[in-house]
Amino acid sequence: MKPLACMLTFIIALAAVPLVVQSNTALNFLITALLIALVGQGWNILGGYGGQYSFGHAAFFGTGAYVTAILQVRYSVNAWPGFLAGVTAGASMGAIIGALTFRAGIRGSYFALVTLAFAEVLRILASVAPITGAGVGTLIKLDLRASALQFQSRAVFYWVILALVAVSLLIAYALERTRFGAWLIAVRENEDAATALGVNAFKVKLGAMTISAAVTAAAGCFYAQYFLFIDSGIAYGTRMSVEALLTPIIGGSGTVFGPLLGALVVKSLSEVAIWVAGDAPGLNLIVYGCVLILVIAFAPRGLVGLLGGLKTHLARSRLLKDAANG
Amino acid sequence: MLSPVILIPAILNGLLTGAVYALVALGLTLIYGVLHIINFAHGAMLSAAMFAAFFAFRLLGLDPYVAIFLIAPAFFVIGYGLQRFVIGPASHGDDRNMLLVTLGLAVVIENVLLVAFRADTRTIDLPYAFQTIDLGFAFLAIPRVIGFAAVLVVALALGAVMTLTDTGKAIRAVAKEKVGAQLAGIDVAHIYAVTFGLGTACVAIAACLLMPTYYVNPTAGEAFVLVAFTIVVLGGMGSVAGALIGGLVIGVVESLSGLFLGESLGQIGIFLIFIAVLLVRPTGLFGAKA
Repeated sequence: MKPLACMLTFIIALAAVPLVVQSNTALNFLITALLIALVGQGWNILGGYGGQYSFGHAAFFGTGAYVTAILQVRYSVNAWPGFLAGVTAGASMGAIIGALTFRAGIRGSYFALVTLAFAEVLRILASVAPITGAGVGTLIKLDLRASALQFQSRAVFYWVILALVAVSLLIAYALERTRFGAWLIAVRENEDAATALGVNAFKVKLGAMTISAAVTAAAGCFYAQYFLFIDSGIAYGTRMSVEALLTPIIGGSGTVFGPLLGALVVKSLSEVAIWVAGDAPGLNLIVYGCVLILVIAFAPRGLVGLLGGLKTHLARSRLLKDAANG
Repeated sequence: MLSPVILIPAILNGLLTGAVYALVALGLTLIYGVLHIINFAHGAMLSAAMFAAFFAFRLLGLDPYVAIFLIAPAFFVIGYGLQRFVIGPASHGDDRNMLLVTLGLAVVIENVLLVAFRADTRTIDLPYAFQTIDLGFAFLAIPRVIGFAAVLVVALALGAVMTLTDTGKAIRAVAKEKVGAQLAGIDVAHIYAVTFGLGTACVAIAACLLMPTYYVNPTAGEAFVLVAFTIVVLGGMGSVAGALIGGLVIGVVESLSGLFLGESLGQIGIFLIFIAVLLVRPTGLFGAKA
């Protein structure tokens, strides 16, 4: 149970941060970092463990955010069931897109392309449909009560997103321990071989995509509650799809802590870039793109892989030293 | 609405627009056919080439049609360099990595353009931009007719390169059987880069053909590349004839759905075709079995 204990310690340590740090800027930074960590963990379940690279995870993020917002604004549904409905809607979107694409046998480049196209269709629809507020977007009424899932203090928002991230970490951890996860990894490594051994690749990929979409949709629901505004560009724009794959790839895809680590690094880097070169639009995306290419070139297994490499290197040099001394 | 007086000009104009789409798609399908990856940086390269054409006109006074002879070779070199020194080495020969690297490049190029030139939309004024040819039953804009002719010339030239030159033979060999080509002494890394360069040059020519009548901003290329994805999927990934015919078909579809559904939903028609083709016949109309 060592990794689980390690995870719990880490979460508890993170949960203690608002007791020490009071600054709103710092908390805001951590909240947005955890938000993209959650988006990235969603991607990681399908892309990292399942090897299906989606370029359109914004489809799930946006669906979660829009359903949460629209239910509250147009149908006066309470935010808590609205949140659950958002996650469910996102998961269903994942199941629908997954069923269509995997049934048609779409893999690799084509899968990336078709997920991108689904996100784009949703973006165009959301930018013209009256129910989403079309080009104007949807504004959730400010109502700072816990019963409306809005909080006076940022610390509470921080704990909410941290709890969601903790759940997503547990899901990733469970994938590494369960039969379903083993099937998923087998499909990633060699789909034909996995099928030959009796794994139902279609069902496994569909299940992974549904869970993955639910996690990313939860991030969308949280986004709507935290920023109280959503429009088609934020919800379904390519930017969110890029951030979704960026954090796990940088941190280490197919690992439990990769997306969280990647999110913290990516957010810090973009803060540094803004601090160095001023807040020009597009600047942090330049940083993201460069980091993405550099990580793929020099650390294909991400930062987690780098750390793991360092550990084995140290262990080996210690062994060599012991051998030399003994 | 259905009277031929409206329909025929709409179809003709769709064909003319479709030709430029076809050229963008040709670059994409060429790269896919040989490298077996979808180049997600294609749209960003188109935006970059449009900026190049814009500044060639503003600073050097070069007509976009003349600028082709400067910009196309320059973008060939850029494309060659990107594949040879960035995409190739960075992706360690893994397809999924290659996808991510081209996506990373797209993000970088687009946002470098955004930081350098801001989100302003720019156009150039040319005396012939709004002149038309009167066919009696339809008016055709001169820049579009020139564009159509130029695309035909480029497609023929590309066909000649592929069939008649040694490099073309090497490209086809690598597309068919990479390891076999390597055993026969072909430098695969070089051929990959040449192909990427050719694809990028196609996009650069398309940019020059678009500039007289279109606008440029850092995301101008994105609209075209999504259309180009649809075309290559419709025509079959890697199929040159498929790209040309697919381009013309999509041009007409866009023109007609714009006529019947209005501008903003016209694009949805294209995406729905895209998804439908992918789900029903992922190899496209002309594509070989995957």
